[in-house]
Amino acid sequence: MKTPEADIQQAINDPRLQLAIYTATGRLIDHRAAVVSAEALPDYQALRNEANAIKKHTIENLDYYLEQLESNMIAHGGKVIFCRNGEEAADFVLDLAKKRDLHMLVKSKSMTSEEIHFNERLERHHLEAIETDLGEYILQLAHQRPYHIVAPALHLTRYDVADVFSKELGVEKEVVIEKQTKLARGVLRQKFLEAGIGVSGANFLIADSGAIVVVENEGNARLSTSAPKIHIAIAGIEKVIPRAQDLAVFLNLLGRSATGQPLTVYTSFLSGPRRDNEIDGPDEFYLLLLDNSRTKLLADPEKRQSLYCIRCGACLNHCPVYRKIGGHNYPWVYSGPIGAIITPQFHGVNQDTWLPFASSLCGACAEVCPVKIEIPKLLLKLREEVVEVKRRQDSDGMERFAFQLFAWIATHPKIYLLLASLGSIFFPLAPRIGPLKKWASQRTLPEPAKQSFHQWWADRKGGQ
Amino acid sequence: MTQVLERLGYQVHFPEAQTCCGQPAFNSGYTDEARKIARHFLAVFRDSETIIVPSGSCTSMISHHFADLFQHDPKLLAEAHALEPRVWEFSRFLVEAAGVDDVGARFEGVVTYHDSCHALRELNIKTGPRKLLAKVRGLRLSEMGAAEECCGFGGTFSIKFPEVSGAMARTKIESIQKTGASTVVSIDSSCLMQLQGVIDRAGLPIRTLHLAEVLASR
Amino acid sequence: MTARDQILGNVRKALNRAAGQPPLFEAAPLPAPTLRIPRSDRSLYADLFVQKFEALGGKSFRVRDTAAVILAIADLLAQKSAVASNSPFLRKCGITGLPQVHAGFTEREDLKQACATCDIGITSVDYALAATGSFVMLSSHNEPRLVSLLPPAHIAIFPRSLILANLDELLSILPRPADQTSSMVLITGPSRTADIEQILVRGVHGPGEIYAVIVESE
Repeated sequence: MKTPEADIQQAINDPRLQLAIYTATGRLIDHRAAVVSAEALPDYQALRNEANAIKKHTIENLDYYLEQLESNMIAHGGKVIFCRNGEEAADFVLDLAKKRDLHMLVKSKSMTSEEIHFNERLERHHLEAIETDLGEYILQLAHQRPYHIVAPALHLTRYDVADVFSKELGVEKEVVIEKQTKLARGVLRQKFLEAGIGVSGANFLIADSGAIVVVENEGNARLSTSAPKIHIAIAGIEKVIPRAQDLAVFLNLLGRSATGQPLTVYTSFLSGPRRDNEIDGPDEFYLLLLDNSRTKLLADPEKRQSLYCIRCGACLNHCPVYRKIGGHNYPWVYSGPIGAIITPQFHGVNQDTWLPFASSLCGACAEVCPVKIEIPKLLLKLREEVVEVKRRQDSDGMERFAFQLFAWIATHPKIYLLLASLGSIFFPLAPRIGPLKKWASQRTLPEPAKQSFHQWWADRKGGQ
Repeated sequence: MTQVLERLGYQVHFPEAQTCCGQPAFNSGYTDEARKIARHFLAVFRDSETIIVPSGSCTSMISHHFADLFQHDPKLLAEAHALEPRVWEFSRFLVEAAGVDDVGARFEGVVTYHDSCHALRELNIKTGPRKLLAKVRGLRLSEMGAAEECCGFGGTFSIKFPEVSGAMARTKIESIQKTGASTVVSIDSSCLMQLQGVIDRAGLPIRTLHLAEVLASR
Repeated sequence: MTARDQILGNVRKALNRAAGQPPLFEAAPLPAPTLRIPRSDRSLYADLFVQKFEALGGKSFRVRDTAAVILAIADLLAQKSAVASNSPFLRKCGITGLPQVHAGFTEREDLKQACATCDIGITSVDYALAATGSFVMLSSHNEPRLVSLLPPAHIAIFPRSLILANLDELLSILPRPADQTSSMVLITGPSRTADIEQILVRGVHGPGEIYAVIVESE
């Protein structure tokens, strides 16, 4: 697929959008920095190392921990449904809703559900899935996809929200943010109380406890998982961690990395339907464990570390490319650096071949990743794979020729020297040539040095 | 760089057969071509006692990525590993090997320092250049907010994604302007070239200089 | 072949593992859980809790003993309707006897209705965490989930002795919360969102006003 050049240009030339992205991500950057500093969290680097080690161990023994999770969950009265893909996940929910004669469910934020187009699948079969996270609710009404893993409506202004609410809810235009929030709260409150099913994601799956952990700030996940009689959780198989006590590592990293909060407002540790002595809570609990090609990523020993991701969004916030092109210019629901490395692995390296190259390899992402995924290294690996695909397809011949020529020149020093000295003559002409034309359009070209280093050195030697 | 080193009493050799470290090819996914170039590099510098490199990105290519390239060739892998401790980025050599932070330089003006990405994140070079600049007579260092943000060069990235690259440079230049500096210093020429191009396009009175040029000034 | 068998089969194939094989620890060891519990004076925990709780926007009261609780929250309850959990500690503090407080719910639907229409939910807690100003609530017959969730305000009344250092200490006391309850929730501040223009708004879905009443003598 070609680079979305026009869209990228549009994003860069939109000053309002640039300001929105820059200030929102800038704020998240500052908030994170404040709580992972040496004073605030002296053990930050140690925690990262531990998180990486726990994830590595778990991913490399994933079948064992999935089975442990399953058996503990069943012991607490829950049911575990393995789903090969989004269709199987949606079919299960549709089936259950049909059996219970239910036509509406409430949903809390889940990137995994976006990944499998969960809501659309349900809606096609007349099961209404209502997003209850404020940002996701607004996007649902506006028929847009999330702009950022953690701050989905980052790109919208209060005026955009006023328009969406007035159009979709038939209310008068209201631009005061607090009032907009109250409006959404009122509408959704009713839904929480009426819904027969609540669907959530899961930040972590705890193998030794048969439990899921859901973190949030609004309370919509708590309500979705406590008010309706049925709770269904959807999570990728890679979300497992071995022990509840491992949360000491992960919960100390997640909130801080994502939003600069030592803990989000609500951290729920849920292990199945309500127990015999409990008054409220769901009667039925189902965990949908999703593969959807994760086992494909798992099979690559070098790149399987992509599955360590805990979806904090820190890499997005710190990525200078994301901060310019924005979330909608990435081809999939996962954007930013993590999106750049997993999209080709899920969809195939021959799709969106521009994506692994849309990075200056600055490494800011790897520096802030709480689980130490080596993102730049994986980008390089993917670039190598794209080049190989193109070689086999015999496309991109000009670029390949250019690099082969360069390699030849760089292994023949006398030629290299000759061209370097001629370069001062030819360099100004270069911008007339295709790919360099656009590069040149952004800048005034440097003047080649009057004397190359080789010449300077030779002169010196001659003079001695 | 040669002047600075010679003033400190070092004997400097310049193997004239050197060409490139291969990073442009490596970063673009052309690992076979990068390998050829890296092999040439190993041959040229095999007998060099100490290799000083005026570039953070080249240094990290040599000391971090050559090993990746030669994973499957035990002989060359061994050579790459043997090379690693002998390769030094210029500022690191001065501060850590030569143990020097004052090279007797003089440079009048307000300067701001740009942390080039490879140097900062792959080589952990952050305080060394600042120590050296602090000892330059007449120089006032004014730190920019977001000194660690990428300039947008990224090698072929600037050719494949020129608008994004240009936008990243412009953001960087806004940070530079806020410092009131008339000179931007870095240890990577590619960053400096990237920034100078956009500076000149905008007609701003800012110049870019490599750390070595500042340290050689008298 | 079921989806379960296929997925687990794919996992094993990807990892080169056999069915029923125990986890391998050599290539990828699992660190023992590192619980970081500060060695500080427990008597300072209440101070720290209050500091963190109020920084989040909560309001706290420290009362000498259970008899002083009602007076401390009299203003909060004036002209308001409240639902209280069945916690014995609330009974001890005289909360369940108050006229505007509805308590003693044992049926889910009644409880839901009451919580959805009242102004304040009153609970105790199972623990509190000083480092983050959090309430820890385990769902049980005494403490249903919805009392601290549906009403727009939440008052938690608890003995100071229940205040732990931090999450790590909680996990050292409760290594497997699932053994005890289907739901353990850590409540750290009032419900909030910054989804629109990053402007902070409190009380989105959960309570926008939260209060802690710490009883010093218990």
